[in-house]
Amino acid sequence: MLAAVQTRVLSTRDLGRMKWAETYALQATLVEQRKRGEIADQLVFVEHPHVVTMGRNGHDKNVLASEEILAKSGIGFYHTNRGGDVTYHGPGQIVGYPILNLNDWKRDVHAYVRALEDVIIATLRGFCVRGERSPGATGVWVGDAKICAIGVHISRWITSHGFALNVDTDLQYFQYIVPCGLARPVTSLRALGIAAEHDEVKAALRSNFAKVFGYETEN
Amino acid sequence: MTDVVMPQMGESIVEGTLTRWLKNPGDRVERDEPLFEISTDKVDTEIPSPAAGVLAEVLVEAGKTVAINTVVARISDGGGAAAIAPAPVVQAAAPVAPPPSAPVTAPAPVAAAPAPAAEDLGPLSPLVRRIARENNIDLSTVTGTGAGGRITKDDVQAVVTKPAPVAAPPAATPAPAYAPPPPRAEAAKIRVEPMSTMRKKIAEHMVHSKQTSAHVTTVHKVDMTNVAKIRDKAKGAFQAQYGFSLTFLPFVAAATCKALREFPILNASIDGGNILYHSDINIGVAVALDNGSGLIVPVIANADEKNVTGLQRSIVDLAARARSRQLKPDEVKGGTFAITNFGSFGSVFATPVINQPNVAILGVGTIEKTPVVINDGIAIRSICYLALTFDHRLIDGALADMFTGRVKQILENWTDSVL
Repeated sequence: MLAAVQTRVLSTRDLGRMKWAETYALQATLVEQRKRGEIADQLVFVEHPHVVTMGRNGHDKNVLASEEILAKSGIGFYHTNRGGDVTYHGPGQIVGYPILNLNDWKRDVHAYVRALEDVIIATLRGFCVRGERSPGATGVWVGDAKICAIGVHISRWITSHGFALNVDTDLQYFQYIVPCGLARPVTSLRALGIAAEHDEVKAALRSNFAKVFGYETEN
Repeated sequence: MTDVVMPQMGESIVEGTLTRWLKNPGDRVERDEPLFEISTDKVDTEIPSPAAGVLAEVLVEAGKTVAINTVVARISDGGGAAAIAPAPVVQAAAPVAPPPSAPVTAPAPVAAAPAPAAEDLGPLSPLVRRIARENNIDLSTVTGTGAGGRITKDDVQAVVTKPAPVAAPPAATPAPAYAPPPPRAEAAKIRVEPMSTMRKKIAEHMVHSKQTSAHVTTVHKVDMTNVAKIRDKAKGAFQAQYGFSLTFLPFVAAATCKALREFPILNASIDGGNILYHSDINIGVAVALDNGSGLIVPVIANADEKNVTGLQRSIVDLAARARSRQLKPDEVKGGTFAITNFGSFGSVFATPVINQPNVAILGVGTIEKTPVVINDGIAIRSICYLALTFDHRLIDGALADMFTGRVKQILENWTDSVL
């Protein structure tokens, strides 16, 4: 773990259910370690309890409920340093935080986001769902509905934050916000009639991630 | 003095939005210390300072979108430099990548309005170009509000959302090579609804199957009287014991499994130049979803190992879960042969489409009491048409009829009352 990493290796960890604020702190630690070359590129999976987060380009008008109402409903609310507008995380959603050094891949933020979309699209294909891009609207869409949100932060070409894929999320919770500031519906694998196990989806995500970004996987 | 510029964050990126300054004018910054944040396409990036010193001037305020390489700030080296900061230079957004100079000799495409010279407009982001193209906007008529008068996304979108001036000349319509969409006045008579994902997949699959296989359908008339008698005798107790009713379908499925063991090529699939014989018999059963909203084919794995009761149980379970969208992905995979029961909707016989990559599908017509001639006498029998669609690439007609004939024979001679 401590040796500077020479080859491009991806190490995956699954945090299970963890509060958003805790993973925010953990990400900051991982980013620093990655900057110093103490760890390999990471793909961190986590499932958050209900939380609404606001990106750097966020507009308060896209949060439809007041902070008090959110708090009463047991939904956390945070401002964060990722790109994008407001989003919701909660049970049933697989959140992936890739901590990558893009200096070892491509120093290109567009290429990075498009590659994340490719990972999601390939994964959905494995479950017989056709995910698509929507020009001008980052993320992955099925028909007109968003199934995966993407928001990224980059510091010295080290990435953090990432994607949130709805597997069997209770979509009711999205009513509190205008996801990404776009008045378009959200969906999940479950809503599309696919009853997929989270482990199954994570395994597919990991393998597609390794394929798209060209890794030898470590575990 | 060190210029701080908007960095290029990727090959196709020509501009960036400065979201936040992390330092104020007059603040001391270290080399590589985060100085400001920019945002492009859902990615928020911290930009480190290129030099140590004092942030002397901020030239681009937060919230503005500027072209790459635009000077956004200046850092003076050493102390007190802020005092001798030169008067702000007239800042024109440095046109970064010089716009691709179109060859002058290239003949302009003949169009109603002359295409504006791209050079006049300065660097444009691909997004701006795309929006303009898709909405037929002449960019030379758009007023840019970006740095140096550049046309930003917002500028072009403002034009898109503005109602077109009445006097706008009609766009020259080239003679379409295809039938033009109906004129606007007709629009009210058509309701446009995007296909559901399932519908798109069904459509794809059906066309794919028709393009893949050489579909031929053969129809055999089957006397189901024996089976009907056994079913009539058993159905009351069956419903009481198991909680679901006994239909004809599991009898047909059981007979099909038996015949498939004898004609394994009907349980095969084609892989390029090879024939894949499947040792398991996994029967897909087509299930119509409510209100014709879709079709799904869940699979009874190892169907030949089940008796009539077991088959009926699987059919009821899979159909119910298909309708409530609770099927697991594995339960719609791996079918080696399919049965479709259009008879339940009153169809006498139909020509089903093969469920790829299978090579045949058996359609079960409705079962009706029919007068038939037996030994020169007229009798009332329960008659059903079985329609087998087979892939003529692999299965010859004679073989298809031998197989269907065998299913017929098993059903007509059904005597086993143990289900």
